[in-house]
Amino acid sequence: MSILINRNSRVITQGITGKTGQFHTQKSREYANGRACYVAGVNPKRAGENFEGIPIFASVAEAKKTTGAMVSVVYVPPAGAASAIWEAVEADLDLVICITEGIPVRDMVQLRDRMRKQERKTLLLGPNCPGVITPGELKIGIMPGHIHKKGRVGVVSRSGTLTYEAVGQLTELGIGQSTAVGIGGDPVNGLKHIDVLKLFNDDPDTDAVVMIGEIGGSDEEDCAHWIKANMQKPVVGFIAGVTAPPGKRMGHAGAIISGGKGTAQEKLAVMEECGIRVTRNPAEMGKLLKSVLK
Amino acid sequence: MKIHEYQGKELFRKFGVTTPRGFACFSADEALEAAKKLGGSVWMVKAQIHAGGRGKGGGVKVAKSFDEVRERAGQILGMQLVTHQTGPQGQKVRRLLVEGGADIRKELYVGMVVDRGTQRVCLMASSEGGMDIEEVAAKTPEKIHKVFIDPATGLTDREAEEVAVRIGVPAPALAQARDLLKALYRCFDESDASLAEINPLIITADDRVIALDAKLNFDDNALFRHPEVSAMRDLDEEDPLEIEASKHDLSYISLDGGIGCMVNGAGLAMATMDTIKLFGGAPANFLDVGGGASAEKVTAAFKIMLSNPKVKAILVNIFGGIMKCDTIAAGVVAAAREVRLSVPLVVRMKGTNEDMGRKILAESGMPIITADNMADAAKKVVAALKGKAKTKPKAKPKIKVKAKAKVKVKAKRTTAARKVSPRRKAPSRGKKK
Repeated sequence: MSILINRNSRVITQGITGKTGQFHTQKSREYANGRACYVAGVNPKRAGENFEGIPIFASVAEAKKTTGAMVSVVYVPPAGAASAIWEAVEADLDLVICITEGIPVRDMVQLRDRMRKQERKTLLLGPNCPGVITPGELKIGIMPGHIHKKGRVGVVSRSGTLTYEAVGQLTELGIGQSTAVGIGGDPVNGLKHIDVLKLFNDDPDTDAVVMIGEIGGSDEEDCAHWIKANMQKPVVGFIAGVTAPPGKRMGHAGAIISGGKGTAQEKLAVMEECGIRVTRNPAEMGKLLKSVLK
Repeated sequence: MKIHEYQGKELFRKFGVTTPRGFACFSADEALEAAKKLGGSVWMVKAQIHAGGRGKGGGVKVAKSFDEVRERAGQILGMQLVTHQTGPQGQKVRRLLVEGGADIRKELYVGMVVDRGTQRVCLMASSEGGMDIEEVAAKTPEKIHKVFIDPATGLTDREAEEVAVRIGVPAPALAQARDLLKALYRCFDESDASLAEINPLIITADDRVIALDAKLNFDDNALFRHPEVSAMRDLDEEDPLEIEASKHDLSYISLDGGIGCMVNGAGLAMATMDTIKLFGGAPANFLDVGGGASAEKVTAAFKIMLSNPKVKAILVNIFGGIMKCDTIAAGVVAAAREVRLSVPLVVRMKGTNEDMGRKILAESGMPIITADNMADAAKKVVAALKGKAKTKPKAKPKIKVKAKAKVKVKAKRTTAARKVSPRRKAPSRGKKK
């Protein structure tokens, strides 16, 4: 098993006709069961055409109706990305994964508000995230598939390459992953650490979790408190940005220490208080996880 | 993106947020003209820089005659204004705002930010205006009142009035305060601001409500739909290296240490900086080359890093995913040649085509130190930096880094250096042909 996606997921690519969408759909299709999983693309102007055999539909709803796909991945450029997510939400998909970086925060505030008020069932992962992968089964997103190994450790992180770093370390130590999830670096997003940890906690095929955070906000702290009260499995953690100066945005729109809040030190301290084993050395995330496995 | 106070006030006025009358000035003569146009007998002469804390730093002065206006303007223009936000070097004052004085009865605080937890815009207001609001929040959090604004309705009359009452707006001024808060929200929302602050918002002796200050930051991702906001950008206020980096779509931030870092991905870049610090070094910058770095981008990144005179060693940390290690390696070698790299360079590469990447580095003839993992890379770059410092003054007695790592690096550097000295001239010969 795994969380969020598996070999039976059927996926729609929104923005399949763009350069990024095409490139990553190709790569994702080459991974494990990708060929069977990627069943549709969406572009209102190119409906009826196909991308390397993947049929293109005018809308997400139509793509879902014809193919039965319940998951979508969004590569649509920033100005139209929030509308693209909303289209997937309105079509009642189970999960929409938004890779797009640079969506205005206001668009996300409005979108999330609508999703909440209408009590939509669709889960949103991202935006500005690398996506999600269940090794050996299905990859949805821009991560390099070959560094992963099928196994029983969950990985969750805001940052893309730092997720790869953790996965790479685990794989090198012979430890496989159940699912690796990138929740993205934007201040207003969908699934947060806590949501993903809940899923891992309920997944019978995940034994332990690597949780990676970074400066800004208080998602990691909220998650740590939840872990202390509820988590049945060991969790190890790392927080990036101990050296980040206050008031400077460190690449990710969400990675900023403001008003003295959201420092790495504070997050690490809360995580430790909550029984999470943390390391200050990101080269040792894998080793640390290994040390908590029975 | 940040803008000046006077620009913020111009925008405020468009949305109906009341501000004092004032004029932006670029010389003492213009300041005098402005005071004459404004009339009255008291004026504020305010330095316009993006950093906060201007008053404490001596950048805001009262003038009670035309002569004083000219004099104060002359003093402030051109000064290196040092505040807690500028760093010790300060920021040169190039613009002024001259405003009429106000008769202040009460000073309040109003701010707006996007709250990540509720995913809504949060209005924060306090009776403790004019003070450092972070201190108020830390010491007396009960004095900060918050409203999480529903994006579908905006700030409602009731919410605005309730907050106004809580922060002590007197009854005759309530309606004005309500309208001002609502106008501030519309300004924040419609111009895609990421932060708005009025500190202080004042109540005058005759019960008028006026924004005496204006701080506005904008969401960079939304600037594409606000050309009027983009036009207010003042490049003089930004780090020239950060401006240069943004031209190449690189995310760069100058820091105080001596080790330049080039990494792909923001999280990994922060983690790399942290690792350097963990092993006793200090990063000179944050630099994220992003997901799709080309050889040109890597070269630009090298040039930017090296134009910081503090950089005495460089660490490149790449986790190749979509971006292949061999591409990056070729870029690093080309960049190192082009800029005639003279400081130690440590490269750690992982991921797609890492063996090919390593081969390119090894065969380049450049003095490149390779590392197996992030910790190894950090140790090596710290050792290389200290090793270099040691050869010159021969003064520092002990080096904190583990001896083992130091020896390894030294050995590699000497062999590499031997290989390199004749070859380093090669590219220039190549160019001539």
